[in-house]
Amino acid sequence: MEPFIRVKDLLFRYEGEEELPPALDGTTLDIHEGSFVAILGRNGSGKSTLAKHFNGILLPQSGSVTVCGMDTKDESKLLEIRRTVGMVFQNPDNQIVASVVEDDVAFAPENLGIPSDEIRRRVDEALKLVDMYEYRRHSPHLLSGGQKQRVAIAGVIAMKPRCIVLDEPTAMLDPQGRREVIDTVTRLCRENGITVILITHHMSEATGTDRVFVMEGGKVVCEGEPQNIFAGVECLKKLGLTVPDTTELIYRLNASGFELGYGALTVSDCAKEIAFALKNKRL
Amino acid sequence: MLKDVTLGQYFPGDTLIHRLDPRTKILFVTVYIIALFVAKTWVSYGSLLLILLISIAISKIPLASMLRGLKPLTIIIIFTAVINIFYNGEGRQLFSFWIFTATDAGLIKAGYMLLRITMLILSTFLVTYTTTPMALTDGLELLLNPLKKLKVPVHEFSMMMSIALRFIPTLIEEADKIMNAQKARGADFETGKLTDRAKALLPLLIPLFVSSFRRADELATAMEARCYHGGEGRTRMKKLRLAAADGIVMSFSVFLLAAIITLARFGL
Repeated sequence: MEPFIRVKDLLFRYEGEEELPPALDGTTLDIHEGSFVAILGRNGSGKSTLAKHFNGILLPQSGSVTVCGMDTKDESKLLEIRRTVGMVFQNPDNQIVASVVEDDVAFAPENLGIPSDEIRRRVDEALKLVDMYEYRRHSPHLLSGGQKQRVAIAGVIAMKPRCIVLDEPTAMLDPQGRREVIDTVTRLCRENGITVILITHHMSEATGTDRVFVMEGGKVVCEGEPQNIFAGVECLKKLGLTVPDTTELIYRLNASGFELGYGALTVSDCAKEIAFALKNKRL
Repeated sequence: MLKDVTLGQYFPGDTLIHRLDPRTKILFVTVYIIALFVAKTWVSYGSLLLILLISIAISKIPLASMLRGLKPLTIIIIFTAVINIFYNGEGRQLFSFWIFTATDAGLIKAGYMLLRITMLILSTFLVTYTTTPMALTDGLELLLNPLKKLKVPVHEFSMMMSIALRFIPTLIEEADKIMNAQKARGADFETGKLTDRAKALLPLLIPLFVSSFRRADELATAMEARCYHGGEGRTRMKKLRLAAADGIVMSFSVFLLAAIITLARFGL
């Protein structure tokens, strides 16, 4: 099967940074439709630069990005690519255009020239999907960070994209807002079949995903299912990433003689795993 | 200090005034302002004031909030009125000092001026208070649409205005934050000579400018990501429609202007 997004040998260097190593240096990865993918990496690993390539905001200087068979370098396809791959950014304040929630959600479909009553339908549907329908007439600057970010997600969903890229959507949020956003995008992927690409440096946010890509120095250094990725605790620590607390706990227990599996990522699974091991040990 | 800024504020509601088409409101307030400048006597001023008060009553916006918006402008209003007391050669002399002479005619003129400015400001406030910024800029864009033929960037202009209105609260919040951060490090914004206070604002303005540019850059990227490509082929979720009430208000505005001009002709 042809992957939904194919990134091949991507090379990108920002203007005025000629003496520094390129932000992206031969990045290659495939993302399949309907999957929930996390791209992890510390600051400066190139993950945000990569994100901006998925919908043609940045164009590859060499190599290629193909979305649904469309090359992002093809200018005639640019609008089609942008409505296929929606993007949510880090700072919710700087991506909300209008002074009323529903007007903001309507912004993208208005740009696409969709008829008024269809826009109305899409806006209501999108706001219900992110659980913000009752706030539709509110002013965005009075909402909490998590709510603003959900409005931003609704603004992207109203385009009916097949994929949403979220570039560190939780970096400026409190734990409550963080959970709201992660729960929302997980639901969008599982229930609505939208491909979700989550870019983050919080390992714990990647636990519920199907596939994790770890980036360093503009390259994908490892990829796999979250359990397998997190099992390489030492390797991740070397890359400056913190592993989820559950993985950290298992890692330390194993270091002092236990033989626990790294498959348990949630707190309850981890507790079960430890309880099971303790019971067996006593026998 | 920053809390008094009411520019671009919107009071949600569902009154007759809220429901009027923004184009009607913009046209009416334009006519109203012209009428204010045509008006010469208490009769015409009185009727214009009455119209304003009735409109405020219908809109259910508390008079106190309307007046609060005037607060930052008090100095300008009083200054203009005071200048008018002395800037008049006619009438009976009341008192004089140095090169200034106050006359009774000047005093009356100052009173008119005070009323005129206050009513002018309050009437425009009423429009912005009862219309969402989006509707306001949409209305303005539609009204100015004919200018597109002359290559005037009407859409870009209205987009800029709606974004500016959207960012006013964000930037005020940010200015407040920076101010507090500076105060925490010993900056003094409130005391000292005027020149000192102006100088103290510099370390507030520079970070505000820098962050505005960063915001603008991020916003532009976000808009691009949401398929913004100028006004061409753009549709609207909320189409503006003229209802019966709009027709009535527009006819009334024509009548109002005619009536005020006639009154002025007869010296009333």
